[in-house]
Amino acid sequence: MHQHPHPSRAAECWHGARDSLPMLLGAAPFGLIFGTLALPKGLSAGGALAMSLIVFAGSSQFIALSLVAGKASLFVVILTTLVVNLRHALYSASLLPFVSALNQRWRAMLAFWLTDETYAVVLYRYGEQDASPYKQWYQLGSSLAMYSNWFVWTLLGVLLGASIPSLQHLGLEFAMAATFTGIVIPMLRDRPMVVAALVAAAVALLGRDLPYKLGLMLAALAGVVAGMLMERFAAREVAA
Amino acid sequence: MSGYEIGVVLGMALVTFSVRYSFFVLGDRVAFPDWVKRALRYVPVAVLTAITVPMVLLPDGEHWQLDWRNAWLLGAVTSGVMAWRRLPLLAAIGGGMAVYFAWRFLVA
Repeated sequence: MHQHPHPSRAAECWHGARDSLPMLLGAAPFGLIFGTLALPKGLSAGGALAMSLIVFAGSSQFIALSLVAGKASLFVVILTTLVVNLRHALYSASLLPFVSALNQRWRAMLAFWLTDETYAVVLYRYGEQDASPYKQWYQLGSSLAMYSNWFVWTLLGVLLGASIPSLQHLGLEFAMAATFTGIVIPMLRDRPMVVAALVAAAVALLGRDLPYKLGLMLAALAGVVAGMLMERFAAREVAA
Repeated sequence: MSGYEIGVVLGMALVTFSVRYSFFVLGDRVAFPDWVKRALRYVPVAVLTAITVPMVLLPDGEHWQLDWRNAWLLGAVTSGVMAWRRLPLLAAIGGGMAVYFAWRFLVA
């Protein structure tokens, strides 16, 4: 018998939402700005809300606004969205080992809500050593919190338009940087990980002006390759 | 909503979901080869670093700010040091945010 019983489903769900709090703060200004910009850029209120409800992907929503304003073709908008969101395929592969035993409905739900923020938060939980059978509920909690937060701030932006005091000057976006830093730093315990981080950072900086978040995608791939090469190099050093 | 707008929203929804679902859809029908598993270990560090470092070093998105006046840099370093010393994640985030806001207040 376990000395420490596993947290219940509800507790996991609540913890996932709670641990996403900094991310909720960080996303708020962006949701609000998205809602505020949507109408001037040529979306209807319904279109803006529908986008936050069924696309649910911040950076591609912003890029879509500028494309719609420029009367880009449907094909261009969709292709751009694909490229901007490609990094989510990496998240999907990276989390697969933790969700592979779940049924198809669970996996589809969690995939629909898989954002940068939830990815970062649940990585931490999945990485913890306890054998809780309900870690997917933690991901669900984070997902639902991010989802409702994004919708509410979009709605406020649409309703209040430019009349609201601008949240973007409060500096809430920093919450995301603090969280990602706090998650990454403890992972840098061996040389290949450090090299992966340094190369990813360098490529991200060099490629920051590339369109469609391509710099980010390249940086992620370069970091992974660098880590792998370093690992092989270190193994050879030990063998020699 | 115009037909164009409906197409935009539905099209974006479809590709976004497809990308996010691309590997989840496989479930346990596939086992990654060993080298893929090793490669995937680097994804979190690589992608989260790639998102964070430009935000911190170029807070306005255009200009380098590599000095002590950069509240983003000071806040992130605080979070990083606290996390490295194995303080709980929420403490590291809170500490970084406290330094960030204090710095903005004091320096600006």
